[in-house]
Amino acid sequence: MRKGSAVLIVCALWAMLTAPTRAQRTVPDTLAQRALACTTCHGAQGRVSAEGYVPRIAGKPAGYLHRQMLAFRDGRRAHEGMARLMAQLTDDYLGELAQHFASFDLPYTVEPDRSPRPAAAPAALQRGEALVRRGDPALDVPACESCHGSALAGVAPGVPGLLGLPRDYVLAQLGAWRNGTRRATAPDCMARIAQRLSAADVPAVADALAARPVPLRIKPADTPPPRWPMDCGSTAP
Amino acid sequence: MSASRWRRSLVGMAVMLATLLGVFAGLAWWGDGASDDAAPTVPSIPASGPLLVDAVARGAYLARLGHCAGCHSARGGAPYAGGRALHTPFGTVYAGNLTPDADTGLGRWTAQDFWRALHHGRSRDGRRLVPAFPYTAFTRITRTDSDALFAYLRALPAVAQANPPHALRFPYNTQLALGVWRSLFFRPGVYADDAQRPAAWNRGAYLVQGLGHCAACHAPRNLLGASVSSLSGGVLPDGRWWAPPLPDAADPVDTAAAARHIVELLRTGRSEFGSASGPMAEVVFGSTQHWRDDDLQAVATYLLAPPRPVRDTDTAAPASSAQREQGRTLYDKHCADCHGLQGEGVPRVYPPLAGNPSVLQPDPRNLVRLLDHGSFAPATAANPRPYSMPAQALNDAEAAAVLSYVRQSWGNHASALSEVRVLTLR
Repeated sequence: MRKGSAVLIVCALWAMLTAPTRAQRTVPDTLAQRALACTTCHGAQGRVSAEGYVPRIAGKPAGYLHRQMLAFRDGRRAHEGMARLMAQLTDDYLGELAQHFASFDLPYTVEPDRSPRPAAAPAALQRGEALVRRGDPALDVPACESCHGSALAGVAPGVPGLLGLPRDYVLAQLGAWRNGTRRATAPDCMARIAQRLSAADVPAVADALAARPVPLRIKPADTPPPRWPMDCGSTAP
Repeated sequence: MSASRWRRSLVGMAVMLATLLGVFAGLAWWGDGASDDAAPTVPSIPASGPLLVDAVARGAYLARLGHCAGCHSARGGAPYAGGRALHTPFGTVYAGNLTPDADTGLGRWTAQDFWRALHHGRSRDGRRLVPAFPYTAFTRITRTDSDALFAYLRALPAVAQANPPHALRFPYNTQLALGVWRSLFFRPGVYADDAQRPAAWNRGAYLVQGLGHCAACHAPRNLLGASVSSLSGGVLPDGRWWAPPLPDAADPVDTAAAARHIVELLRTGRSEFGSASGPMAEVVFGSTQHWRDDDLQAVATYLLAPPRPVRDTDTAAPASSAQREQGRTLYDKHCADCHGLQGEGVPRVYPPLAGNPSVLQPDPRNLVRLLDHGSFAPATAANPRPYSMPAQALNDAEAAAVLSYVRQSWGNHASALSEVRVLTLR
């Protein structure tokens, strides 16, 4: 028995001495660590600034983010880099990543997009502002606020906020809906709306949204409006 | 030149053209005609009952082995309903609808028609199929497997989705050209077991050469797009990715370790030596993670059977000391957090770079892709929540330096990269 323990102790000592000297580094078992590839473009914690093109994803509604990732992977939204990253990921895992980025409630410390561009004509800004607030019944276009929330902060889980986004990004999305390269779950309300707008309305709306002050916190509303103005796939339960 | 001489040379050219055409047609007929009917007849699978159930189950697995859905499904589209575009140097080919829809799929096909497509590369109406459909590999498949695969496809829900017509350039879009190509590069023939070899080796050979159609990527292609030699590595048709040789001299020298690497990489998308990325990640995701363990082992047995290629350790010219210094600085800043200061990685989380076969490839383009685009490892049953690599914004000189450093540190002996090489690979 004694002999046995002595042998054990010697063995244990030997194992300790011959173990690799480099301590095994441990990697945090977290989604933040797993999602590092996302942060190259979307910024740490998904809080990229409104300058440039890439939209902030921190704090966006989880359902919205999940649908977008599936759309990139499955070709309903066109972005080669996003599609490439998502191609070999499962629906479940993308859902987890969406929850991760949705869970951030971070202050918008960055200024809105002030990149130089020709000043929007006052008439155009007015038109854009009217579309955002009231829509255009003649075109059968509801107000942005009627779905995206009176503060334009979005409505969980499916409707994203519209503030703090790069103007170019908003322009590109409306354009993509007009020409069919961005498709949402049917019925695709945004495609219909974008196609009803005139070519001049698109930059007018983008300018009006970019001109809005960005509040420090943008938190999607938890309760939907009493009535959606349109029947949309992305707000369906 | 006088009118008569003009006429004479025109006639001469016409005669030459006609002769060439005749030779081609002869080739097409001689190499591609007679053998087509000698299909062995086997008891066909009944239309219902336990034998059919069994065949459908076997067929489902065979379809996974062959990764049929990989090409025969459009992105986000119905599985097996076709429509995915394959861009080749000869034009664009669209994979067909394999669901049993009568008008747009295989609804009117018989098991015999299906066998003819797999084994002889001919459609139901006898037309020669374009070899982007890898019948040069599928001809190795047994009739029994072909029938089971067909039984499975028949059991899929029918999807009405017309196949877009191929957009191949002249003359590749002609049946004559396909006939010539087939006479040069295609010989139908089911895989025959090598009696000198163990069963596992033969099974591995059957899978690698047949349904697995590994040569579609891992073999070099000649100017006419044919995979002519063994699996000595190849650049994918889009030029973006390099498929390493099989077996690979860069694989672990120890055969047991190399087998572990192959089996684990195919099953989980990663191993202690590296991870799958690019098109191979797609193959792991859609196909090999679903292979049975004995089939994965068989593949390793076949690929690692002696003689194994020898790792070339000292021919690579070392990077200049300035480049190496720049590479080390960049590595410590951008890479070491995950891959470790000694390139040791973190087991099954971040691939090691020391001794990683992907790092040691003579063709470095995959490394440039990974630097530029980043990557998630494929999500598999064994690794459902993979970690990722963020893209790195490095200019050509920086990318060349950091890749050269990685390829020539910690016992790695691959060639250094120049700034120009990175530029051309981008």
